[in-house]
Amino acid sequence: MVTRRDFDIGLEQLQKMLVEMGERVERALAGAMDALESMNASEAREIVKGDPELNQIEERIADLGAKLIATQQPVAKDLRRILVALKISSDLERMGDLSVDVAKVVLRLEGQTLFKPLLDLPRMAAISRTMIVESIRSYVDENVDLAYKMAKDDDQVDALYSQLMHEMFLLMAENPKIVGQAMLLSFVGRYIERIADHATNIGESVVFLVVGNRPDLNQ
Amino acid sequence: MNEQAFYTKDLSVYYGEKQAVKKISMDFPDRQVVALIGPSGCGKSTFLRSLNRMNDLIAGCRIEGEVWIGGQNICDPATDVVSLRQKIGMVWQRPNPFHKSIYENIAFGPRYHGIRGRKELDRIVEDCLRKTALWDEVKDRLDQSGLALSGGQQQRLCIARSLAVKPRILLMDEPASALDPVSTAKIEELIGELKKEYSIVIVTHNMQQAARISDRTAFFFLGDLVEYDDTQKMFTNPSRKSTDDYLSGRFG
Repeated sequence: MVTRRDFDIGLEQLQKMLVEMGERVERALAGAMDALESMNASEAREIVKGDPELNQIEERIADLGAKLIATQQPVAKDLRRILVALKISSDLERMGDLSVDVAKVVLRLEGQTLFKPLLDLPRMAAISRTMIVESIRSYVDENVDLAYKMAKDDDQVDALYSQLMHEMFLLMAENPKIVGQAMLLSFVGRYIERIADHATNIGESVVFLVVGNRPDLNQ
Repeated sequence: MNEQAFYTKDLSVYYGEKQAVKKISMDFPDRQVVALIGPSGCGKSTFLRSLNRMNDLIAGCRIEGEVWIGGQNICDPATDVVSLRQKIGMVWQRPNPFHKSIYENIAFGPRYHGIRGRKELDRIVEDCLRKTALWDEVKDRLDQSGLALSGGQQQRLCIARSLAVKPRILLMDEPASALDPVSTAKIEELIGELKKEYSIVIVTHNMQQAARISDRTAFFFLGDLVEYDDTQKMFTNPSRKSTDDYLSGRFG
């Protein structure tokens, strides 16, 4: 309808920017994990360098959201769509920061050799990357079932994180020389676990967008 | 939720063969503001007018169903319409003060209903003008014509006039649509004050106004009541898709 044209264009732009943020976050996490597994510091630096662009998209989403609220007085689902876009962009921005944190661990370990091959961390990262992609897809398609799947995937990531921490405690107790590296790898586990939590938040936002209530998928 | 002030049961209004309002049953809570919204011709103003029998004046208009106010079905032909309209005040889209002084605009109703004492009338005039935040603006020129006031002041004078006969319910048909933004804000603020004492039903085309001032909102479409719920719920998460589409400007 003609009277809504500008508004609909604005809403489409919000969605496009969120999709772009999601793609960038997924690539950042993949790159950071690649850098960690191959101990490639220059790849890690690229990830750190890319973060300001992600922050800029979040700011553009905030500006456009504010403009649409001020000029279009959105109500009902339009209103929820904008509120949700602001919330999701903030989740994605944090996920980007956490991916950068993983990359920074690689920089702190520069020149060292990992004391053991990584097993649980890549698994956690793989599930989390799928969650990023699927959470954004659930938003675009307004797919509540896919949004709810975040809770299950998050449980898997949490279980792997517990397993990782348990293993790290044992290894640190056995060999105090590895404590520094084991601590940093534990932090990586924590960062990825948080990324999965934010993807789960996105799932919650999608449910709110589509049906109007706020479930707690992060239990 | 507040106690019920009045309610309609299966209220239908016909203009000749055309059914403009279709069997509407609605509860109106005491001392709350209910906004009626919907596209032009959806029946909301017709419905509003039938709450104090204003449709009686329209040739070919016929009403079925019931409107219960204070234990009385006002659709009953035996209803004393004059005393009914004392209980239910009406404010129209365009301010329509009488061609009389500010004082007489307000004193007219009470005098018609038998109050003659000057002191009592003075008290009522001041009270009503204070309630509508007009007193300080006009107290030194009460004998001036009501028509000399600005549009926003005239509308507040009309509201003051309707309060003078001590109604319980105020019906407002787009009371701010002919006013500038500042006057509109004053009317909205006034409605917020008045609901402490009166039940208010307002027809408005201004969605944001309905969202700002009403406690409950009813969406009318083609003579049907599509959805009626708490205003916050209606404007954030309505149950019906057609409500969402109307509020979002997809039709209407």
